[in-house]
Amino acid sequence: MVKSARCGQVVWLGEAAVALSPDESGRFSDLLKEHADGLVARWAELVGAGLQGRMSRPELERQTRDLQKGFQQALAAGARDLKDEEAAELRAQLSELSSHRARQGFSANETAISVFALKDAVLDVLGDTDDINTLRAFVSFSAFIDRAALFTFDSYVRVRESLIADQTEQLLELSTPVVKLWDGVVAVPLVGTLDSARAQVVMERLLQTLVDTGSPYAIIDITGVPAVDTQVAQHILKTVVAARLMGADCIISGIRPQIAQTIVALGIEFGDIATKASLADALRYVLGQKSYKVVAAKRTER
Amino acid sequence: MSEESRQVPVASDQDVVRVRQLVRTVSVEAKLSLVDQTKLVTAASELARNTLVYGGGGYVEVSRVRNEIRAGIRIVFADQGPGIVDLDLALTDGYTTGGGLGLGLSGARRLVDEFVIETAPGEGTTITVTKWCR
Ligand SMILES: Nc1ncnc2c1ncn2[C@@H]1O[C@H](COP(=O)(O)OP(=O)(O)OP(=O)(O)O)[C@@H](O)[C@H]1O
Ligand SMILES: [Mg+2]
Repeated sequence: MVKSARCGQVVWLGEAAVALSPDESGRFSDLLKEHADGLVARWAELVGAGLQGRMSRPELERQTRDLQKGFQQALAAGARDLKDEEAAELRAQLSELSSHRARQGFSANETAISVFALKDAVLDVLGDTDDINTLRAFVSFSAFIDRAALFTFDSYVRVRESLIADQTEQLLELSTPVVKLWDGVVAVPLVGTLDSARAQVVMERLLQTLVDTGSPYAIIDITGVPAVDTQVAQHILKTVVAARLMGADCIISGIRPQIAQTIVALGIEFGDIATKASLADALRYVLGQKSYKVVAAKRTER
Repeated sequence: MSEESRQVPVASDQDVVRVRQLVRTVSVEAKLSLVDQTKLVTAASELARNTLVYGGGGYVEVSRVRNEIRAGIRIVFADQGPGIVDLDLALTDGYTTGGGLGLGLSGARRLVDEFVIETAPGEGTTITVTKWCR
């Protein structure tokens, strides 16, 4: 809530303010150059306070100095707005900064402040002034920084989103382990929502493990699935059929009472597929099968 | 009669998951039994997916309701899709035009206490279901 309110405020400033005049660009470029050392020190100090020691001082100063140069050069080249051709380099730098901060786990606020703090630093350098032209110029300059901060915020969000998408994919892989439960018996404990993407991963994993281990039995455990609807049921049925085609028998376990009643009301039939209340029941069932004993005997003979 | 209601747009698979979560939350708040919670969540999952797949998307509205005797949950699934031409056929177990099991619509009807469909060719489909607390 706080973030979006802040973000909205920035947008408003950005739209309402005017671009820098050529004269103002020049003036601020000179100012940034002239007071470079003092500005960088003050700026790094302000940003550092927000990051609370999670970034080393030398690294922070180096980053800040690079940014200071970026702003100074963009303005010296005549950039009046962040959109301008002359500010292309600066934009690249800001994207780089956001991506760096996002990957290191800094928040969007902390990242935007790295840019916003330049305002305070400049204000400190300007000191007490009642020169109306300087004040007017500062307002335009301030709007320029707002847009830079907003741009940084935006690229930060984009980087975060792609990071999250990557992690989701990894989680997908992680959350569908196929384990070898016993000699000749593999198990897939399903947890959470079994959407089509995950169902596909589960099926592929299971079939691959059946091949790799040469197991004739697979147990699909649905204890962790909160609801079994027709889509989930269809995915399970397809997996069972595919496993059968490879010569393996599937048992479905972990059918809790509420799921059992829902499945019945829904009208789903698991046909001749063996179903058990718990994983332990399913394993006991497999081990008790005549065919398992034959398989096990053959395996030990080998 | 309605105490509060919450709406969720249905435009993606993610939204169907969101509908399920919302219905689960409201079912817990309304103190539905675990079996009834599971039944209602499952029915909502079916109908929301139909809204998405056949209705081309729409919205779901979940509200707490109460009559003279009992409290309950009412869920509306609405789309502006093609509508259902032959309702009897669509409600037949195993009938599907989308390669499913053909149990979603008929099964959902068995999972709830009240089930009302308003649909006409070209007019979209609105399904209202109610589950009462026991
Ligand atoms: N909102 C809707 N708009 C238009 N047609 C619908 C709608 N809902 C269902 N139908 C039609 O009714 C048929 C039966 O629906 P039902 O949900 O029972 O089966 P399914 O979705 O095909 O498969 P399943 O739900 O078992 O995975 C659908 O195949 C579709 O033709
Ligand atoms: Mg359906």
